[in-house]
Amino acid sequence: MTFDVAASRRRCLAYRRRILDISQQAPAVHAAPAFSCVEMVDVVYRGLLRADRDIFLMSKGHGCLAQYVVLQDLAVLDEHDVELYCKPGGHLGAHPDYGVPGIAASTGSLGHGLGMGVGMAYAERIKREDRRIYVLISDGELQEGSTWEALMMAANLKLDNLVALVDLNDFSSLERMSEGHPAFYPLVDKLAAFGWEVRQVNGHDAEAVHEAIAGRKGDRPFILVGQTIKGKGVAYMENVPIWHYRSPNPEELAVALAGICEVSS
Amino acid sequence: MRNAFASTLYEAGKLDSRIVVVVADISPAGAMQKFREEFPSRFINTGVSEQIMIGMCAGMALRGLRPFAYTIATFALYRPFEFVRDDLAYQNLPVTVVGIGGGIQYSLLGGTHHAQEDIAVASAIPNMAVIAPCDPAEAHEATLWCAGQERGPVYLRLGKAGEPDLTGTAVDPFVFGKLRYLTRGRDVAIMAYGPILKTAEVLARRFEADGQSVSLISAHTIKPLDVEGVAEVLHAHRRVVVIEETAPTGGLGPRAKEIAWDTKAPCELQTFSLQDAFKHTYGTHGQVLADHGLDPEAISRKLGLSCEAITA
Repeated sequence: MTFDVAASRRRCLAYRRRILDISQQAPAVHAAPAFSCVEMVDVVYRGLLRADRDIFLMSKGHGCLAQYVVLQDLAVLDEHDVELYCKPGGHLGAHPDYGVPGIAASTGSLGHGLGMGVGMAYAERIKREDRRIYVLISDGELQEGSTWEALMMAANLKLDNLVALVDLNDFSSLERMSEGHPAFYPLVDKLAAFGWEVRQVNGHDAEAVHEAIAGRKGDRPFILVGQTIKGKGVAYMENVPIWHYRSPNPEELAVALAGICEVSS
Repeated sequence: MRNAFASTLYEAGKLDSRIVVVVADISPAGAMQKFREEFPSRFINTGVSEQIMIGMCAGMALRGLRPFAYTIATFALYRPFEFVRDDLAYQNLPVTVVGIGGGIQYSLLGGTHHAQEDIAVASAIPNMAVIAPCDPAEAHEATLWCAGQERGPVYLRLGKAGEPDLTGTAVDPFVFGKLRYLTRGRDVAIMAYGPILKTAEVLARRFEADGQSVSLISAHTIKPLDVEGVAEVLHAHRRVVVIEETAPTGGLGPRAKEIAWDTKAPCELQTFSLQDAFKHTYGTHGQVLADHGLDPEAISRKLGLSCEAITA
């Protein structure tokens, strides 16, 4: 499947603008964690997912704005849904909820999505259905023991229909992981040692993300480590922990919208 | 009771290919081994990893399967608690979490293996049903119900082995969400669930030896509780006794007291449970129950029943 990178860049710019719009609806929107994974979410939905069968699971639930705007773009959610984000009467919250169109599982508590993804991938094997499961996890989720239980089990079961993507922005909500938890690295070696096929690329380079996943060997579970920048696209948000939660005020919004442009890599 | 569960699940599994068993490093003895041999792809051992046991069950249920997670009660419910809550209950998935040896049945293994608060913990979770059968035949009925239900998550609390038959001559059949009268009487009602119903039966005989007409009731479905049924018990008997092998909060006893208050029940109501304590004692199940004051003799004394009648 060819992937139109220029179109992806245009979409991702529009997604970031839309997320900034939505950020005015609630005081805590997790804009920066969404910005770090916009390209990877776009690649999955636009370049990999076979809409009639495959499943995407947003394990880092706090990044769900990136998923909501894509789902709106794909007309799975409508504008009204997004307008009611975090408002009474709406059904889109700051973490995705099972039952909402396009949402495959409820997430928000970290370290749950990959395990459910393992169960989903295994279920499809038992049912002999050709269905791939894509799970986007945060690097913070790799601090959860449950994620490593899931990593081990996926490899035990040789789940070749399971693809995970790591949003490696090096930040959990408090601090840089490379400073606070240096033993977290090297990550790629750990994942490979757990029996996964691993590739690390720039997570904002949609073409590289697409090529790595589409070109996997596919004889076991595959995990893409996407190196990213938390808050990518809005200069004052990049790598600044407060934007993990905070919504910009109207002045900050204006600055963000004035400065935002296409992300090339 | 474990064997009744396993053979029932094996039979159900033959008819319904959606049934899968996920265990966390527990030996698949008896019929469970048969299930494993006949349906190898539908028997998964996650090893000593309970969070992925529950997570996988959720994922499989989300894709249309009917998983049973199976291990010792503490490890089925406590260790992966937030996965039970978020993955299973919040998403309201038809997954049965089977806890073996609920209460203090692992009496030689110490407090780390005692699920003495499991009823309160499981019952507190929205959407969760809680079932504790009292004997192998009731475990068979409860397992069949779990295998066929679409309602949502269930905590199925089972005993281990050697439970006597208590329901062979029961007045009522097993119906999910309904109290089950094993005998019907006029004076005294004893409600219990799980293997400790055996103690309730001993006490029923003592009441009868004392000239009382006794209802012996298996309250197998602790949640959703048969509130109307409990109210009826409280209003139809002069004296009601609740016996449960669980913590003193969050179980059937406190619920019965709430219902008694709400419905202005005129009866005398006495409840017996484990103590709110870690005992650090070892022995047979009966001996450790006795350390909690939950043996037939201690309860009889509190109920004013004669000990001679007991041995009769």
